Amino acid sequence: MFIFVAIFVLIGLAFNLLGAISLYRFPDVYTRLHGATKCTTFGTLFSMFAVVAYALGRLVMTGEARFGVLIIHSAIAAFVLLVTNATGAHALARAAHRSGLMPARAVVDRLEEFDEVRAKREGAQV
Amino acid sequence: MFIFVVSFLMYLLLVWSGGGIPLIEILIALGVASVVTVAFRTWNRERAVRSGRLDPKRVVDFLHYLFGPFAVGLAKANIDVAKRVITGEIRPGIVKINPGLRTDIARTLLADSITLTPGTLTVDVDDDGTFFIHWIYVEDEDPSEEQLYGSFGDWARRLAE
Repeated sequence: MFIFVAIFVLIGLAFNLLGAISLYRFPDVYTRLHGATKCTTFGTLFSMFAVVAYALGRLVMTGEARFGVLIIHSAIAAFVLLVTNATGAHALARAAHRSGLMPARAVVDRLEEFDEVRAKREGAQV
Repeated sequence: MFIFVVSFLMYLLLVWSGGGIPLIEILIALGVASVVTVAFRTWNRERAVRSGRLDPKRVVDFLHYLFGPFAVGLAKANIDVAKRVITGEIRPGIVKINPGLRTDIARTLLADSITLTPGTLTVDVDDDGTFFIHWIYVEDEDPSEEQLYGSFGDWARRLAE
């Protein structure tokens, strides 16, 4: 059972490490957000699987209720992590674009075109 | 009432550590649940979010979505992004798409799913439901729903509209 704990921790570490490396490899805030949200969410999920595997192993061995509770808490944390991580990344990206930070090396930027149209329309009304 | 019961039980679940729960924690739980309920009522005056949406069939559908297509998408996204971190092969851009979702919950669900899956990140959502999505490897400047996020649009419609 505890071999699974080691495997999950290693996978989680690998993805979290890749998330950190992506901050160096990618050119701008948007692409870095990709690395920083996806890789770290996935890595942390695997760390939680490791906690669940460990707790399950101890639960079977000792039969103490507190290991069962550990599993429930990990599940809640995983769900909250999925929701807040995505929402946080979206808020950062939106704030970056609103404050005029354009994506580097972009082949297309529909939002910028849209913002220009909107600015013109509002300018015409004033 | 629904919110009250859920937040009360959730608090007790989080403080529970396998043994008994002391009385003081139950009192704190009652206080916290009351505050959350009042805050929710104030925020949700127009009753845009109703517990009627939470009938068992939807919950089962949601769990099916979470552990089925969503989990697969999440795994694929991570292997894809991990590959791009190593090779540095990117072609970023912001594309727009209108999946025609009307309710806020459906839009939230889709935006979150997009952010956590293959190479896409929701930057902004317009009032009429147009999504602006940062794509790490643009395959098509005017993509279809299928190219961008596969079946997630249909799932969001089915779960929350």
